[in-house]
Amino acid sequence: MVLIAINISETIQMNINQYFLVFLLFISIMPAHATPINVFACEPEWAALSQELGGSLVSTFSATTAEQDPHHIQARPGLIAKIRRADILVCSGADLEIGWLPVLLQKSANPKVQAGQKGYFMTSKMVKLLDKPTILDRSMGDVHAAGNPHIQLDPRRMNIVAKKLSQRLQQIDPTHISEYQNKLAQFKVRWKKAIKKWQQATKEIQGKSIIVHHNSWVYLQQWLKLNKVAELEPKPGVPPSSSHLAHLLKQMQQTPADLIIYSTYQDPKAAHWLSKKTNITAVALPSTVSDNETLFHWMDRLIQLLKDPIK
Amino acid sequence: MKKILPVVVSASLVCASAMASADTQVEQLKQQLDLLKQDYEKRIKALEEGLLAAQQATKTNEKKLIAVEEQAEEAELASDDTISVAKNAFNPEISLILDGRYANYQNNTDDYQLTGYSLGGESGLFSEGLSLGESELTLSANIDQLFYGRITLAFADEDGATEVGIEEAFAQTPALYDGLTLKMGRFFSDIGYLNNQHAHAWDFADAPLVYRALFGSQLGGDGLQLSYIAPTDLFMQVGTELFSGHQFPASGNHSGIGSWTAFAKLGDDINAQNSWQVGLSHWQANVDGRESSAIDDTKTTLFSGDSHINALDLVYKWTPSASTKSLKLQFEYFARDEDGDIALDDFTSPDVSTYKGWQKGWYAQGIYQLNSQWRTGLRYDHLSSHSNGSNSLVLIDAGLESNGYTPERYSAMLEWLPSEFSRIRLQYNNDQSSKDTDNQLFLQYTFSLGTHGAHSY
Repeated sequence: MVLIAINISETIQMNINQYFLVFLLFISIMPAHATPINVFACEPEWAALSQELGGSLVSTFSATTAEQDPHHIQARPGLIAKIRRADILVCSGADLEIGWLPVLLQKSANPKVQAGQKGYFMTSKMVKLLDKPTILDRSMGDVHAAGNPHIQLDPRRMNIVAKKLSQRLQQIDPTHISEYQNKLAQFKVRWKKAIKKWQQATKEIQGKSIIVHHNSWVYLQQWLKLNKVAELEPKPGVPPSSSHLAHLLKQMQQTPADLIIYSTYQDPKAAHWLSKKTNITAVALPSTVSDNETLFHWMDRLIQLLKDPIK
Repeated sequence: MKKILPVVVSASLVCASAMASADTQVEQLKQQLDLLKQDYEKRIKALEEGLLAAQQATKTNEKKLIAVEEQAEEAELASDDTISVAKNAFNPEISLILDGRYANYQNNTDDYQLTGYSLGGESGLFSEGLSLGESELTLSANIDQLFYGRITLAFADEDGATEVGIEEAFAQTPALYDGLTLKMGRFFSDIGYLNNQHAHAWDFADAPLVYRALFGSQLGGDGLQLSYIAPTDLFMQVGTELFSGHQFPASGNHSGIGSWTAFAKLGDDINAQNSWQVGLSHWQANVDGRESSAIDDTKTTLFSGDSHINALDLVYKWTPSASTKSLKLQFEYFARDEDGDIALDDFTSPDVSTYKGWQKGWYAQGIYQLNSQWRTGLRYDHLSSHSNGSNSLVLIDAGLESNGYTPERYSAMLEWLPSEFSRIRLQYNNDQSSKDTDNQLFLQYTFSLGTHGAHSY
């Protein structure tokens, strides 16, 4: 404060421009060290991961909840205000948030989180994506050019994202590098153990066949070696039609699947209809963490919900 | 007694010697034991060390194993940063809007009047029957680390001739400095709520009456915009714009500035399902010979003087969880007061009058989304005006005399959205813009090609 006081008293002698510069410098430096890193996560799972990796060093906010489809969100003023103050943006990317994130970014007036900056972190950029379309044509439905963005459902990919996200947090907040490293190491040990546990628990459902509402479970399928036989949506993003459901019913009468899966944010009507007609259990799986839930609790819950009806 | 003593002595001697020999034995035993102990300790220590070494070895092996596992996993699942970039990666994003409609009117569209208002800009009705609407081509890209650029060209058919208009063409700094944004070029003003949205993003086929009455359709122009967003939890934005004054409802300029605006917006979430936004805006111009319509088609109304508009807009949205339903309520109010002179065709002609006008208009609309493919909505428009001047006949001919009539319009629409990229809309208007009530029916298609457009609030 003394230094600043001297600075200011000196600058009074200087011209107004210089005074203004010092003032700007002063206000721009001030809050950077006083407050935790503001993390704006587009989806709850990335807020939860940031919390694991940053602890009290970060303050996280999720733009969506487990009950919202992250593809259909309004670019609300409240979100602009949040992104305005963010130090880092942690989102799935791969066009999942394309209907609203570009507007938020453009209106945020926040240079730190613009594309290409340190504060712009797209998790799907960090891992190999499945479902990369060979033909880009909208007659195929709302296809994602970069690949399927729902990577949070593969804990192995989550592990890779954790490492890269921790590195990014260290770049943004270099005064706490060792703390971030410690937190990452602790997380990895616990996560690895948990992965082993989940794999053990799901051994008996390997190879089981599932019907999904939307093609958002590919990473879970790959990880747990589940076999997707059909989708309730006739095309990605197009709601289930009666003709498509009738077709599925026929298919299920010939070779029934083991389980029908839909996300907690999706309309359960189609899944329940098919379930009733075929006696195949339909289950709402959480695509992401709920309020105040950790990644560990969420995956525990998901595995349990998935396993119980198949057994 | 004498005999006893030596016995006792000798006995005690024997005893002592015996004890001495026992002592040495114990000592020896002790030493042996110690040796044994040391030996065992050594062995135990060696064993312990061996065990520790073995444990450490397995630990390092485990660590190695984890590292190898991780490497394998990363090789399998981490993205390859050296993915070749597509050749057209630096090309701007392209989005194309195709729009067409069928319009049916009960009245003759050429006779359209908005009582109390003299219309200008693009305020005419769509042509009757089948017609191509405005096709929009938008190109946009980040220019460099500081600037973002966008151009929207509108292609329209005007009486058989194709007209290309530059709807917007601007460069913007998404982040100039901590909350500050600068925009330059041609753009739609941020006053009101609907104004800066392109027509294809509106919820009805036509603009609210008050937009048609005051701005021709939308307020835009060539200029500069500076806006600031406060670093607060509540969304607070303030901004100002300077325009050249070439576009209706401004006309002419003073040292290059034809009109200016100021606006403030507040907004927030009530919770994850309910959100709102409130806006206040002001527009002002010193107008020089603005041209607009007159009751007599062959004549032109001219206005010179001061013009002020104040506006209030409210938006509320309800987006319930785990549902594709949603509700949007929207209200906008505009009040314009003007003070100057009116002339028909020419200020040197005898058809001149002083003019003071107060014009107010508002609309309220509600849009309900039933599911991901169906939306429906209602809208109500209301306008009023009164004026006075030195020559009321001129004001009547200019269309600025309302005689207490208040234009109204009722609209209803139903939309079918086969996907996010297509929309078919049916709309009905009961239009009481003038005493000749008109019933209007529109069937409109809007298709979006190319880049997946993001929608503002």
